[in-house]
Amino acid sequence: MTQFSVPWQPRPAHPYGMASRAVIALAQSVYGFAAPIVSRFPGAILISAVIATCVGVWMHSVLFGWVDTQLIQAAVTLPDYTPPALSLLSPSTWGLTPSVIHALRVDETVAASVAGLLDYVLWPVQFWIVRDVVGLGALFGLFNVIPVYVIWWERKVAGRIQSRLGPMRVGGWHGWAQSPADGIKLILKEDLVPAGADGPLFRLAPYLTIIPSLLAFLALPFGATYVLRELDVALVFILGVLGAEVVGVILAGWASNNKWSVYGAMREACQMISYEIPMGMALLVPVICVGTLSLSGIADVQQGGWFSWIAFSNPFCFAAFVCYFIASLASLKRAPFDLPEAESELVAGFVTEYSGFRWSLFFFAEYAAMFVICAIASIVFLGGWHSPLPASWGGGLGDGLLARGLTGLLFSGPIWLMFKSVFLLYVQLWLRWTLPRIRIDQVLYSCIQVLLPLTMVLVFGATVWTWASTGHNALWSTVEAATRIILGSIGLVFIGGFIAIAGYGFYHRRRMVGNLVQDVMPGS
Amino acid sequence: MTMADTVLESAPDLLVDTDRVEQGDLRTEEMLVNMGPQHPSTHGVLRVVLRTDGEMVLEAIPHIGYLHRCAEKIGESLAPYQYIPYTDRMDYLAGMNNNQAFAIAVERLCGLEVPARAQAIRVVFAEFNRIASHLVSLGTYGLDMGAFTPFLYCFREREMILDLFEAACGARLTYSYITVGGIHEDLPAGWVERCLEFLDYFEPKIDDYNNLLSFNHIFVKRTAGVGVVSVDEAIAYGLTGPPLRGSGIRWDLRKVLPYDGYEMYDFDVPIARSGGTDEIPHGVVVGDCWSRYYVRVLEMTQSVRIMRQALANLPDGDTEAKKIKNLKLPDDEVYVGIENPRGQLGFYVRGDGSTIPSRVKARGPSFCNLSITTPLCRNVMLADVPAIIGSIDVVMGEVDR
Repeated sequence: MTQFSVPWQPRPAHPYGMASRAVIALAQSVYGFAAPIVSRFPGAILISAVIATCVGVWMHSVLFGWVDTQLIQAAVTLPDYTPPALSLLSPSTWGLTPSVIHALRVDETVAASVAGLLDYVLWPVQFWIVRDVVGLGALFGLFNVIPVYVIWWERKVAGRIQSRLGPMRVGGWHGWAQSPADGIKLILKEDLVPAGADGPLFRLAPYLTIIPSLLAFLALPFGATYVLRELDVALVFILGVLGAEVVGVILAGWASNNKWSVYGAMREACQMISYEIPMGMALLVPVICVGTLSLSGIADVQQGGWFSWIAFSNPFCFAAFVCYFIASLASLKRAPFDLPEAESELVAGFVTEYSGFRWSLFFFAEYAAMFVICAIASIVFLGGWHSPLPASWGGGLGDGLLARGLTGLLFSGPIWLMFKSVFLLYVQLWLRWTLPRIRIDQVLYSCIQVLLPLTMVLVFGATVWTWASTGHNALWSTVEAATRIILGSIGLVFIGGFIAIAGYGFYHRRRMVGNLVQDVMPGS
Repeated sequence: MTMADTVLESAPDLLVDTDRVEQGDLRTEEMLVNMGPQHPSTHGVLRVVLRTDGEMVLEAIPHIGYLHRCAEKIGESLAPYQYIPYTDRMDYLAGMNNNQAFAIAVERLCGLEVPARAQAIRVVFAEFNRIASHLVSLGTYGLDMGAFTPFLYCFREREMILDLFEAACGARLTYSYITVGGIHEDLPAGWVERCLEFLDYFEPKIDDYNNLLSFNHIFVKRTAGVGVVSVDEAIAYGLTGPPLRGSGIRWDLRKVLPYDGYEMYDFDVPIARSGGTDEIPHGVVVGDCWSRYYVRVLEMTQSVRIMRQALANLPDGDTEAKKIKNLKLPDDEVYVGIENPRGQLGFYVRGDGSTIPSRVKARGPSFCNLSITTPLCRNVMLADVPAIIGSIDVVMGEVDR
C-alpha cells in the first residue's frame, strides 16, 4: 500500500439511500416554497402563527367543551349518571363513560336532543380514543417543535449576549430554519457505532433518555382543560419520569467504551440523584401550602392575578421557588451545572461518541425536559395559566365564542403558561451564557450542605405558616395579605427591572458594542 | 495493541496501580486517561496522560512534540531577514514579539543601530501584540472554566487589533513586520489616530472583563488557591512572564534589561497579591491560577500606558537601518532575551563570518513554563487540570517549535 492509497472502499454511485434522498427532496421543496414567503413577510407570518395557535386552542375548547356540555345536559336526566364534582377537571372525570353515551342514544327523549351531536360531524369527538389520539398527536408535535425552536432561540440569545448575530442565513429571516436544517443534516449523517462500544446498549441509550421527557408531557397541564391525563399526583409522576432520564445517560456513558463518556455519566448520576432531593423538597413547600399534588389543583388556587401566585404567598414559597430553579438547573445539567458534558474537561461527556440522529435525541430530551421543568415552575409557583390580571376584571364577558377567546388571551389560557415557561427558559439560557462552570465538589457541596438544609427549613417553615393560617385569625390574615403585597412587589420590581434593563440594552444594542464595530458589523 | 498499552509504552515512567484497592466493600482501581492531543482545553496539541482515581488526578505527564517543525534548524540555513517569517510561526499569538526577539539578537550580533522611529514603532507593536495575546489567553481561560461569553468579547477586541495590524503590515497572524534593522514599512497615514481611538475604546472594556470573569464568584472559586506555585518553585522551574509574576516576583525584562528603548517609558510591573486586600477577592493565594490570570489583566492596562506614551512622542526619521540585505554575521555569539507575552523569549545566534548563522536556538517561555505542569497537577480534581494548564497559557507552536 503506497502512502497515498485509500484504505477504505470507494463510495457507491448513490451515496445516500432512497429514504435519505426522499427526505432531501422533501426538504428542498418545502424550503423552496416556504423560504421566499417567510423571508419576505416574517413579522406577518409570526403574528399569524400566534393567532392561529390561539384560534386552534379556542376551537379545541369550544368543540370539546361545548359537546361535553351538551352531553352532560342530556345525561343528567339519566338515572345512573353521577354529575362531576369539579367542573375544571378533565372530561374523563365527567362521568361520560361509554355506557352513559350508549344510554344517551337508547333513551328516546334524550336521543332527540343530542342526535345532531352524536350522528354527524361531531360523532367521533365523543370517543376518548379519538380525543387521546388527537391529544397525543398535538403533544408529540409540541415535543418536536419545542426543542427545535428553543435551540434556535438559544443560539440567537447567545449571539446577542456575545455581541454577534447568531444564525442569520438559513430560511432568510434570522436563520429561522437553522434548526430544521441541522436536524436534516443530523438525520442524514452516518450511523456510527464505535468498534469497542456495546452495540445494543449504545443504540438503546438515546431512547431511554428521550422517552421519559416525552412521558412527562402526558401529565403536564397546559391549561385548565388542556391535559392529556389529569393525574392526582401529576407532580410526583413528572418528577419521577424525569428522574428516570439518568438511566439512559449512564447507559450511554458506559456503552460508549470511552473514559470521558464514563466520567460524564458518573457525574450526571451523582449530580442528578443529589439534586433531585432538594428539587423535590422545594416543590413540597407549595404542595404543603395548597394541599394537593395535582398540578391543575395547584394552579386553580392561584386565580386572581399577580398577588395570588404561590411564589408570593409566603416567604417560604418565595425562597422555595429560587431553590427549585437552582436545583432544576443542576438536575437538567444546564450551566453552571453542566458538568456531565463539560467540553473543556470531558470533551463532550457522555455524548462524546454519539453523532447524528442519536446525538440529536439527547438534545431533544434535554430541551424538552427544560421546557417541562420550566412549565412546572410556572404552574406551581407563578400562577400557571392564569395571567397577572385578576380574572374578575373580565366578569362581564359572558360565555360566547369571542368571550372565550378574550378570556383565553387576557386572563387564563395556555398562552400564559407558554409565556411564563419561555421566560424561565430564557433565564436558563441567560445563565448559561453568562456564568462559568462549577467544579464537581462545589456542586455537591452546594447541594448537600446548602440547598438540602435550606429546603428542609423551608418545608418546616411552610408547615408552620400553613398551620397558622388555618386558624382564620384576623390579625394573621392581615399579616398574610401584607406578605403577599410585599413579596409581589419584590417580584414586580424584578420584572420591571428586567424589562427596563432589557429595553435599555435593546435600544442601545448598537452603541454597546462600540463605535468601531458599528460600521463593519453585518446587520447592525 | 490497546490504547492503554500505547500509553504505557510512551510513558514508561508512569506506572498504573493495577492492584485493586479495597475501599470498604468496593474494589477500585486507578485509571489512565489520555487528555489530548485533540482535547478541547489543551490549547493546541498538548497531550497530557492523567493517572486518575475517580475525579482525582494523581499525576499528569505532558507529552509534547506534535507540532515540531525544525524551526531552529531552519534558522541555520537562511539569512536572518529570511528567517523572520519562521519566528512568527513559533508563538503564533505573539508574532510581533517573536520577530522583535530575533531581530534584536541579530542586531546586537552585528552592531546595527536601529533608528529611533523604528524602535518606538516596535514598542507600540510589541505592546499591541501583548494585548492581543493576553486577550486570547483571557478568553480561552474563560472557555476552560466554562464561560463562553468573555471569549467572544476578547476576540471582538482582538479583531480590531488585528485590523490595525493588517492596516500596517497586511497580515493578521504572521506579521513579519519587525525585521532585522527596524520595521518593514512605515505606518500608513492615519494609523496613529485610529490606534488611539481604539485605546480609548479598549481601556473601559478591561473593566467589563473584570466584572464578567475576573471577579465572578464561580470563577474565583474555581481558580483561587488552585495550582499554587511558590516563589522557590517558580525560580527552580525557570518560570518567566505572568506565571513568575503571578508568584509574586517582580521580574520583567523590559525593566531589568531594557531593549528598544523601554527605559524611556513609564510603566509598572504588576505582580500578584494575596486575597482580601485592594479588591483582590478572598481566597486568592499568591501563585495560584487566579493570580496568574489577573497579572495578565493588569499587564494589559500597563501596555496601553506604554502605547500611549510611545504614540504621543513618535520620532520622525527612518524606519530601517541601512544595509540589512547580505548582512555578514561576525564570528561571535549573542543571546538576547525579551519579554514576550508569555515570558522570556530568548534567541541565541552564532555567526561565522558568512550571511547565514551557524547556530540558532530559541529559549521559549511556553516550553519552560509547561515544565511546572506535573508538580502542579498532583492530587487535584480533574476539572483543575484545564484550569492549571490554561493559567500557564502555553502556545504549542512555541513549545514544539
